[in-house]
Amino acid sequence: MKEGRSRSFYVLATFFAAYVLFLYGPMIAIYVLSFQGPQGGLTFPMNGVSTFWIAKLFQGTGIVDLGAAFRRSLLLGIIVMIVTVVLSVAAGMAFRRKFKAQSILFYSAIASLIVPSIITSLGISLEFRIIDDLIKAHWNENFETSMGLLTSGLGAHLTWTLPFGLLIMFAIFNRFDPRLEEAARDLGATPWQTFRHVVLPIILPSVIGIGLFGFTLSWDELARSSQAIGAVNTLPLDLQGLTTTVTNPDIYALGTVISAVSFTVITLALGTIHVLNKRQAAKGSDAGQGLV
Amino acid sequence: MDMSEEVLHQAAPGVIPGSGTARAAKPARLSPSVISWLQAGPMMLVFVAFFLIPLVFVVIVSFWDYNEYQLLPAFSGRGYTDTFEGCIDKLPELCTIGRTYVMTLKLCFMVWAITLFIGFWVAYFLAFHVKSKTWQMGLSLLCTIPFWTSNVIRMIAWIPLLGRNGLVNSGLVKTGLVNQPLEWLLFSEFSVVLALVHLFTFFMVVPIFNSMVRIDKSLIEAAYDAGATGFQTLVNVIIPLAKPGIVIGSIFVITIVMGDFITIGVMGGQQIAAAGKIIETRVNALQFPAAAANAVILLIITFLIITMMSRIVDIKKEL
Repeated sequence: MKEGRSRSFYVLATFFAAYVLFLYGPMIAIYVLSFQGPQGGLTFPMNGVSTFWIAKLFQGTGIVDLGAAFRRSLLLGIIVMIVTVVLSVAAGMAFRRKFKAQSILFYSAIASLIVPSIITSLGISLEFRIIDDLIKAHWNENFETSMGLLTSGLGAHLTWTLPFGLLIMFAIFNRFDPRLEEAARDLGATPWQTFRHVVLPIILPSVIGIGLFGFTLSWDELARSSQAIGAVNTLPLDLQGLTTTVTNPDIYALGTVISAVSFTVITLALGTIHVLNKRQAAKGSDAGQGLV
Repeated sequence: MDMSEEVLHQAAPGVIPGSGTARAAKPARLSPSVISWLQAGPMMLVFVAFFLIPLVFVVIVSFWDYNEYQLLPAFSGRGYTDTFEGCIDKLPELCTIGRTYVMTLKLCFMVWAITLFIGFWVAYFLAFHVKSKTWQMGLSLLCTIPFWTSNVIRMIAWIPLLGRNGLVNSGLVKTGLVNQPLEWLLFSEFSVVLALVHLFTFFMVVPIFNSMVRIDKSLIEAAYDAGATGFQTLVNVIIPLAKPGIVIGSIFVITIVMGDFITIGVMGGQQIAAAGKIIETRVNALQFPAAAANAVILLIITFLIITMMSRIVDIKKEL
């Protein structure tokens, strides 16, 4: 390879830096603006610095019932995360062998990822409306609706998170050495013991990555929730509703609070992955260190 | 769909069939196919219940009748005839749905071209210029983190910059480049394209980067040794080998923009008509069959675009 850095390196490095600035610059602007003084407006310059707008959110006197929407989004996000991790790991294990309908599941996942969200969302809402009509007609006239956060809402979010989970599992098992499992089996481990003590510890960092995708994609989900969530709103839906009406920095404060949760989860997940990788590097193998 | 086989192939070339976990010699063991079903069944069930059946309902309901407030389960083409109203009488002028799709395709094309350009060079930098694995990981992570944060927040983040009194306008006025604030910066086609590029370039970077890191570096050295210029290497070696990633990224970006109604709504000031927005408007008016008919049309057009794109790649592969 060539010595030193070529000119194209510096050109592209500058381009990359500009892209990163483009990615983060606007976000940082609203985090800063959410600390506007009480008299501050929607744009720069800052009119003093305070936590007035953020405090206002938590007092519940502001624009939305933050507490309720916050709890709903958190609950849904955690459930989506757990279901995504469990179903993705299970299906990922299944894909290591040939089985019937394998390609149907694969194509369903890919289609679910690329069919426009509004169509999936509309379909789920129609499905639940028709179920409601059937229940009203045949069983219970006073039935309200089967649509809700943890029925149609949960389903809508899973159609978005599961394809990511499955693709990550493919990537994991791509570089997984099956001889480790054979060794475990030869030593008399049951399939469950092999999974629990050999496979799972090795893939755990990536499994946490799946959880990270599951939670954050659900926490911020909007397009699929829009028609399928039922009567209540999640936090992003409340935020979207505000974009047309709001004239003061509460909207930035809300944005900052939502992002703070995202960043906490991202940091926790990446930190855990880092620690696990370090542990694996330190304790995972004594190969090449000689006998005794 | 050839394209998806490409994805499967990219995603799992090394997966060895028959190397599963279910070969323990226990007397009461389950057969491997039962175990596969137990493992994959729950995910399949979710897709059946919340994706495949809903799609079937969209198609069925698109042929139902409706009045002001409810669905009438009787066959009717009204969802479609209402949608294409005036399309024939008004010729040669375009009807509403025609104009809407022209607008949507125009936005799609602009966003696709820009995200492809940015995505390609960002991926190129990460794959070929960043040598250390640690730096590669770190910088990729830097590009991924915004994807884990809220899209709406990343949209409204442009308001303080592009608004009438925003940073850009006050800067331009102060330096005397313009006399009065530019109106087209926010709630316009410009801001829609900007926000879509901002949100979705990620979907280009990841697949293109994945294709590029798989390229055997010795091929590039061979091209140089054979006397190719940097540009010739790029066009004849790197781009053809990165093509699967380019196509996958393009499909992601195009399908997202085709169905988008949130970014176009928020950043367009609810003034720009697009394919996804019609569906939302119809749903809000409780005209479900018309919404479903529009969804079917959008689905068909999206599918046609994807088919066309996967063709392009295959043809080039034959050459």
